[in-house]
Amino acid sequence: MLKFLARRLLLAVLVLLTVLTISFALTRLSGDVAVSMAGAQATQEDVETIRKAYGLDRPLTIQFVSWVAGIASGDLGRSYLYHAPVSELIKGRLPVTLTLGATGLVIALCLALPLGIIAAMNEGRIWDRGIMMVAVVGQAMPGFWLGLVLVIWLGVKWQLLPISGVETWTGYVLPGFVLAFSAVPALMRLTRGGMVDALASDYVRTARAKGLTRMSVVMKHALRNAAMPVVAVAAVQLGFMLGGSIVIESVFALNGVGYLAWESIAKNDFPVVQAVVLFLATIYIALTLIADLFNAVLDPRLRIG
Amino acid sequence: MHDAPALLDVEGLRVRFNPKIEAIRGVSLRVERGQTHCVVGESGCGKSVSALAVMGLLARGAKRHAAHMRFDGQDILGLSERDLQKLRGDRMAMIFQEPMTSLNPAYTVGSQMAEVLVRHRRVSKQQGLDRAAELLAKVGITAPGMRLAQYPHQLSGGLRQRVMIAMALMCDPELLIADEPTTALDVTVQAQILRLLRDLQQELGLAILLITHDLGVVARIAHKVSVMYAGEVVESASATDLFANPRHPYTRGLLACVPVPGTIKRGEPLGSIPGTVPRIADGFVGCGFRDRCVHAMPACAISVPSRDDGAGHRYLCHLQ
Repeated sequence: MLKFLARRLLLAVLVLLTVLTISFALTRLSGDVAVSMAGAQATQEDVETIRKAYGLDRPLTIQFVSWVAGIASGDLGRSYLYHAPVSELIKGRLPVTLTLGATGLVIALCLALPLGIIAAMNEGRIWDRGIMMVAVVGQAMPGFWLGLVLVIWLGVKWQLLPISGVETWTGYVLPGFVLAFSAVPALMRLTRGGMVDALASDYVRTARAKGLTRMSVVMKHALRNAAMPVVAVAAVQLGFMLGGSIVIESVFALNGVGYLAWESIAKNDFPVVQAVVLFLATIYIALTLIADLFNAVLDPRLRIG
Repeated sequence: MHDAPALLDVEGLRVRFNPKIEAIRGVSLRVERGQTHCVVGESGCGKSVSALAVMGLLARGAKRHAAHMRFDGQDILGLSERDLQKLRGDRMAMIFQEPMTSLNPAYTVGSQMAEVLVRHRRVSKQQGLDRAAELLAKVGITAPGMRLAQYPHQLSGGLRQRVMIAMALMCDPELLIADEPTTALDVTVQAQILRLLRDLQQELGLAILLITHDLGVVARIAHKVSVMYAGEVVESASATDLFANPRHPYTRGLLACVPVPGTIKRGEPLGSIPGTVPRIADGFVGCGFRDRCVHAMPACAISVPSRDDGAGHRYLCHLQ
């Protein structure tokens, strides 16, 4: 178990280093940062002043090393737009994004698991086909469009739920649902596939031969084995959701990390952009690591070797 | 010929998986208390399907009919799934061919064993584990305490099959259905498992319905034998009678395929039965074996008589 953990951790650190390099490179590749920061009316001198002030005149390697050194000591850089440390900006907006992501994941699992199980138990029958058809439609529907449709009907016409802001928890329902919607088809298919295999397996036949109730056979013996890939993908989907929050947060006007990223990209606030990319990637990596660990708990065969 | 009621009495069992083909075409089996009844035949002849039909474990979509099917005098054909569940694992248990995949990889040996007793006897998990340890010792597993905490992937095939047997015995069943329990194992382990089954039977008075394609297994353990061919029992008799006096040409063919030390001449090929088991569609009449039979005659395409020598030796053939 310890060896397994160490190997996964090492892998995570390597991925993180790669992300570090890429996010740095991307912001530098998107044109001359100093020019776009200075704005359209700026003179050559203004640009040079900005270049000096932000250390952009130094060689790229030096810029990279000082950035990484800053990160290592907890300094993610300063936003030139907000004149505040990026870490504080992210910290202030993180609760909104995390709540949104968690809401999305919970809604997604609450829909995907039961539907996947029901589909698998009725494999090939009308229920299965109906559910899978809904999944196809769901997969084809873009999130921002569904978001707008829900805003129009539930928010504006029937006035059931708030359409923007998160003054109360009800503000999370619509965006959470829209976010979940993109994850449901994949999770549901995976649950169904895993359950179909598990229900046809020898160990489920054994469980039935032992006279266990249908509930115990399906929920204990089959689901435990079918859940392993679902857990891994759910973690990855949560990562996608946090990334996808960039779109959803702007549709629903939620002031989270996603909104911050969108804003900084639009205004070329490069310290924020590279820090947010790094931050979301770190969460993504952490989630994958957690999924691996969770899988190891679920599947005893993974704990050795 | 129904004297004392058998523990398991199946008459005219029919199973069909798709509308056109009947997999089991009227199988009758009687398993007496404390005896081993072997069902023998080639792959695909319907041995396993018959066993699963008795346990009510057929795949969804399979249709099962029978003249009657009784367990300890009680009709189990019309039993609801819920009542059948109460019987399964409690009074009739089953073990399977693939010990490598028949245990759930996600749970420890102990928890999988204990849950049988917890389910049927409403005892605590700890009581279940105690019973499991006791049975692991009984099936010849050393250090049962350690094994209980292990996962199936940590055990060898032979050990897993012993665990399966121990698990089947959790509730002291009267009937154990064993579907090719030794087929997937090494030859030496096969012999150990067979000996274990025989010893357990003598000790516990267990009735065993053993499914196999191995006549060597039959010779070592069976009291009674049913020979199946293409979804039918073509011959059934006591083991001694069947080996001494096989009546059906298929049985004779099977026996001729088994090399007996001392009677084989160097350079002479071993016996074999030409052809394979035919697919038998609806509307088929006559003997299913006639295409492979050296004694086939025109009458075989029209009907098959059921013969009985009066001493419990029954077979389906025109030959006297």
